[in-house]
Amino acid sequence: MSPPAPPIRCAGLTKRYADVIAVAGLDLTVNTRECFGLLGPNGAGKTTTIEILEGLTAPDRGEVEILGMRWTRGSSTRALRERLGIQLQDTQLAEKLTVEETVRLFRSFYRAAHSVEEVLGLVGLEEKRTAWVGKLSGGQKQRLAVACALVSRPELLFLDEPTTGLDPQSRRQLWEVIGRFRAAGGTVLLTTHYMEEAERLCDRVAIMDHGKVIALGTPRSLIASLGAEHVVEFALADGAARAPSPAELAGLPGVRAVRPGVDRTALTVAEVHRAVPALLGLLERRGAELSLLATHHATLEDVFVSLTGRQLRDA
Amino acid sequence: MRDHPLVQLTLARMREFYREPEAIFWVFGFPIVLAFALGIAFRNRGPGELRVAVLRGAGDSVLAAALARAPGLTAALLDSSEARLQLRTGRVALLVVPGDPVVYRYDSTRTESRLARLEADAVVQRARGRSDPARVTDQRVTEPGSRYIDFLIPGLLGMNLMGSGLWGVGFSVVQARTKKLLKRFMATPMRRSHYLLSFILSRLVFLFLEVAALVGFGWWMFHVGVRGSFAAVAAITVLGALSFAGLGMLVASRARTVEAVSGLMNLVMLPMWILSGTFFSYARFPDAMQPLVKALPLTALNDALRAVMIDGSRLGELGAPLGIVTAWGLVSFVVALQIFRWR
Repeated sequence: MSPPAPPIRCAGLTKRYADVIAVAGLDLTVNTRECFGLLGPNGAGKTTTIEILEGLTAPDRGEVEILGMRWTRGSSTRALRERLGIQLQDTQLAEKLTVEETVRLFRSFYRAAHSVEEVLGLVGLEEKRTAWVGKLSGGQKQRLAVACALVSRPELLFLDEPTTGLDPQSRRQLWEVIGRFRAAGGTVLLTTHYMEEAERLCDRVAIMDHGKVIALGTPRSLIASLGAEHVVEFALADGAARAPSPAELAGLPGVRAVRPGVDRTALTVAEVHRAVPALLGLLERRGAELSLLATHHATLEDVFVSLTGRQLRDA
Repeated sequence: MRDHPLVQLTLARMREFYREPEAIFWVFGFPIVLAFALGIAFRNRGPGELRVAVLRGAGDSVLAAALARAPGLTAALLDSSEARLQLRTGRVALLVVPGDPVVYRYDSTRTESRLARLEADAVVQRARGRSDPARVTDQRVTEPGSRYIDFLIPGLLGMNLMGSGLWGVGFSVVQARTKKLLKRFMATPMRRSHYLLSFILSRLVFLFLEVAALVGFGWWMFHVGVRGSFAAVAAITVLGALSFAGLGMLVASRARTVEAVSGLMNLVMLPMWILSGTFFSYARFPDAMQPLVKALPLTALNDALRAVMIDGSRLGELGAPLGIVTAWGLVSFVVALQIFRWR
């Protein structure tokens, strides 16, 4: 018997809108029980990609296979939709319906759905059962949106920017919901522009920029590809006049890469304990005064910056 | 049964409607307020007393007294300038100048004035000795269905069916589209036909309340009855509601914003408010416009409703207007399905 088809497989996806190429030739495979993250700045093509995979947008070119099936018209599409859970980026659910009424509406579309109690339990909204959707907080609305996605008992869950705009506590609550779904054997594809979220949740990530995958792997392997685990950032009080040149910085012990920025310079560093004293020594010799010095563990954010030369947030 | 998607979608539509106080007012309150205000303003008083002026001069008081004795006339003795002023401003319908000949001054385009002239002349002629050769008797009747309010209530009913059909369907569809709710539904196995049918079903539920409220109010306040059968009224309103729901679907089929659909809606409804004989008879428009006016769905619906409510017609006699209403609904619905933007 052949192994079951991967939940998501696509090849050569292209989608062009009037004046932009949103997706420029994309290949992906997501494996069973995997949590896969599409990462990238706004406008990288994440939403277009996920909506093509969800069968909501037709690609100009390329092939999509979801749970071994293709998006065609008619009853087979409906059968496939029975097995998916989808949360879209900017759906506003009807404000004048209660939480329970909303879930009951969505569950009526599926044959083998969770009960209202079960799914409200999954997302922790039992107490808001009779509240109008319009009265919920941002985090509660988002959990309700995920509840409407989970109500179908999906094998595969699509989440498009599930935590954008949420406070840290609401974000953590949603991560727990996703964690429970995975623990029960589900496969997840999510998009985010929070690198921390991707590192926390995802088994593998694809970093996207300008409609292409520019890096693919586990968060750990991508960070390791920087060749160094730490980032040292510094800025000078008196600006560029006394700043050491990138070549000088690159020559310091333990420094693997130098990224001059607008208001600060970042060094990718293998050994902080050797690089920092050397940096301080260099600056002192030049008579430059520090206005900022910070170190952190390298993140996916640093991977993105090293690949594109841009920060994620303002990219 | 309760968990059938069609039931759930229809319930959602109904909840969204009755939890919106403004919508309740525009659908139920507004037509009743309108019927009340117009019914009061244009209530039938009959011609009432006609006021006639007699110019001061020889024989004026005898003439005035004779005129004042005639039923339906009051007479006032005025001098020349005051008489002219009152005639010009319509406070008197007729100015009688005593003498030989007796002169009647009046505006012959005013119905009241012509009536006053006939009445006054009869008084003058009899005073001079005319005797009427024929014996006559008056039999007074009041014909139900001839008042303005009798004309108005079916028109308001038609207008309300148009308004709530277009707004109820069009506005909600476009709102669901702008809020990406439509797209979210497309991501489920929901059948598109269920979604569209839910609008029709919820319209039908509210339709009965709408019609009952307005017809009930007309009967209670102004004794506007239904001469034909209630079943015929029900059938026509259902057909009208479906037709305008179809038109609402068409208007909403492409629009991406609520502003756009509001503009389109007014573009569709405004001509019908004016042309379709809701507040006054469309017979007042020139003959050349009549075929156009009669082809409008609201005109046809109003005609059919009036035929049943006022004239007591049976459904079988209303093939033409009901055909027009049905055709508008069917064509709109089919076209809307073809061009509907689901995302």
